[in-house]
Amino acid sequence: MTVSSRSTRFLRLPTPRNLGYSFNWAGRIGLAVMLFWAVVAIAGQWLAPYPPGEIVGWDYFGGMSREFWMGTDYLGRDILSRILMGARYTVGIALGAVTLAVAIGVVLGMIAAVLGGWFDTLLSRLLDAFNGIPSLLFGLVVVAAVGSSIPVLILTLTAIYMPGSYRFARALAVNINTMDFVTVARARGEGTAYLITREIFPNILGPVLADLGLRFVFIVLVLSGLSFLGLGVQPPNADWGALVRENIEGLSLGAPAVVFPSIAIASLTISVNMFIDNLPTRIRDRSD
Amino acid sequence: MTGTSLVSVRDLKIGAVTDAGRKVEIIRGVSFDIAPGEILALIGESGSGKTTIALSLMGHARSGCSIDGGNIRVGDHDVTGMSEARRAGLRGTEVSYVPQSAAAAFNPSKRIMDQVIEITAIHKLMPRKQAEARARDLFRALALPDPDGIGQRYPHQVSGGQLQRLSAAMALIGDPKLVIFDEPTTALDVTTQIEVLRAFRSVMEKTGMAGVYVSHDLAVVAQIADRIVVLKDGEIQEVGTTEQIIHSPHHPYTRELLAAFEPVPHVPVGGRDVPEDRAVLEVSGLCAGYGATINGEPKAKVLKNVNFRLERGRNLGVIGESGSGKSTLARAIAGILPAYRGSVHLGGQKLEPALHARSKEDLRRAQIVFQLADTALNPAHSIGTIIGRPLSFYHGLRGAKRDARVAELLDMVRLPATLRHRLPAELSGGQKQRVNLARALAAEPELILCDEITSALDTVVAAAILDLLKELQGELGLSYMFISHDLSTVEAICDDVLVMYKGEVVEALPATRMSSEATHPYSRLLISSVPQLDTGWLAGLEQDPELVAAFAQR
Repeated sequence: MTVSSRSTRFLRLPTPRNLGYSFNWAGRIGLAVMLFWAVVAIAGQWLAPYPPGEIVGWDYFGGMSREFWMGTDYLGRDILSRILMGARYTVGIALGAVTLAVAIGVVLGMIAAVLGGWFDTLLSRLLDAFNGIPSLLFGLVVVAAVGSSIPVLILTLTAIYMPGSYRFARALAVNINTMDFVTVARARGEGTAYLITREIFPNILGPVLADLGLRFVFIVLVLSGLSFLGLGVQPPNADWGALVRENIEGLSLGAPAVVFPSIAIASLTISVNMFIDNLPTRIRDRSD
Repeated sequence: MTGTSLVSVRDLKIGAVTDAGRKVEIIRGVSFDIAPGEILALIGESGSGKTTIALSLMGHARSGCSIDGGNIRVGDHDVTGMSEARRAGLRGTEVSYVPQSAAAAFNPSKRIMDQVIEITAIHKLMPRKQAEARARDLFRALALPDPDGIGQRYPHQVSGGQLQRLSAAMALIGDPKLVIFDEPTTALDVTTQIEVLRAFRSVMEKTGMAGVYVSHDLAVVAQIADRIVVLKDGEIQEVGTTEQIIHSPHHPYTRELLAAFEPVPHVPVGGRDVPEDRAVLEVSGLCAGYGATINGEPKAKVLKNVNFRLERGRNLGVIGESGSGKSTLARAIAGILPAYRGSVHLGGQKLEPALHARSKEDLRRAQIVFQLADTALNPAHSIGTIIGRPLSFYHGLRGAKRDARVAELLDMVRLPATLRHRLPAELSGGQKQRVNLARALAAEPELILCDEITSALDTVVAAAILDLLKELQGELGLSYMFISHDLSTVEAICDDVLVMYKGEVVEALPATRMSSEATHPYSRLLISSVPQLDTGWLAGLEQDPELVAAFAQR
């Protein structure tokens, strides 16, 4: 039975579906929205109808009009342009931070699981202690001390989210580490680098990717939170969180200026989750 | 026949939907009857559908499966036509189930008595007092120690064999007409198995209930069943009385099963004189254990002063029950668990106890093969990568040379070379174990430590692996250290046997004269406990109760 299904597989075209990498509609919609925001983040500069920092309308908290599709903000700046430019900050900073956090966390986690002993204990306790500091408070202190700039924001967010990623990867790697194939590799005399890259990493990839997606969403939210407190991206530039903050007074007026940035945040975070939850089973459930 | 039978199954078809959305037929038109008070055995290899059929008698199909056709009648109830709520009412009172792993079937946080009488509470059969009294009667009938007090204990406070009997009590308390036993003794040690089988037999005889006994072990089934149904790939191959199936099977598949059961005595290949210094493995005073080390000794000591010697080209069997330290011995020799005392010499050369202290060359010369091929192969790597790694690691082979050697090794273990592009999940259990062997052979070792390598395989597949091992030994001059709890496997491949008990070697024997020459009481108990393919074996078996009390961990 396996043989026949195998031979037909070779005859078919190597489309994602035939290779077992297809995924369902919820995942595809998520991916489409993510790609849309990625394009906006790169090309927002040229797409924006007005310069984002310029006061173009005389009416503050203006409604939606043909001229200003998403209304104007508290100073009369075009919200659409500001959202398009804000995508760059939100997506860029969050992506940078999540990549760093997960990369460092996963590598340290796997090393701790493979080496065990005092290295594992020391690192785990250290990061646990670090994890105990409330994330917004930590961000507040760092930004207040060093000042806000994009590298500082990325590193701060990385520091906040790395311990969680470490814990997660370590827990997964500890399970894989006890499997017989890792024991066989150890008995063969393989070094730590081989064990983590070839034996363990491929088997924790699925859950780690899911974790990466979740962490990305958290980072977007914390970044928005920091900006909301005035510690994120500094004016006249603004990420989406900052847009919500500057225009919060408009909420009582029902201004689109506060609604649209919120929708942008929601659409990005939800679509990332939709995509991650519906990753191809081939990637997601590899270890099963 | 239909008028008198308790259970009748007609043209049963069960299908399943795979992860890929493909429909497969698991059971293809199975029909049989069970008379009241009769015990019917379902025999077959893994994947033959025996458990699926047994579960369908309760109207239950595992998730992803569905009963697609045919009908099942139990007593006056048409199980296939019922609503799920009515089926639930049937379970426990008409049909009940004894699972394979009693340890997994009991809730560790509740007292045993509460769990045993749960069925009477769910179906509101009798008041609690009466139910407890009935449970105590069952405990007595199942020969459990301290029948009045055992119900107050928690599951972890009784042994595995006792827990299995308690799960039978749980199944019997609702006074069902039919009891399904799903491989209830497979996970038990042989000495424990006897007691459990005896208890099952006597209680079934007393109550006169009908039973379905699912097993892959013909010898066990011969002790308890009246009739046997032989299954393969969801179809019945042969039905007959136990006597007929065992002594005059008609179907070729049944014959194959029986043939695989008969041990073929091993003829040593290295029969010629071996010089004294040609020991491939020499172990003296080996001690190893787990846990935190205090004064250089670990807290939990497993191996206690193990000594033996294995000549080149010969095979050593290590037998013993679970917890006897046989796997620990293999791990200590391989260096996975560093020994804290004693020495291991491989080919006359001393091996360091710890893995990282050993040289690559030392590691290459002794390879270890594990029991579960599923977990011993990295699911993310292709077969070619798995076998190729030791080639480049030990021998520095690259590219086309490596590929050619991989194909050669696959051929050695009788697998097609095209298999190297596949992932382990796409292979059968027997194929995986062959790949596992090929990986060990890739290192070109002198000694292979085989840790229960055939225990998880079906009898026919296991017999083929043993043949392969013998063949390879002839070609490559290997020596095996063969760890197993199954005496017939050891008999089939080994020259000498070590009997282990609680971390000590109690006796060393030549394998061919194992049953006649054993002198240590534990070895005798262990050897006499292996079920024989004879319906009268259990009834006629006599064991010294003092011996049993001293050694069996029941």
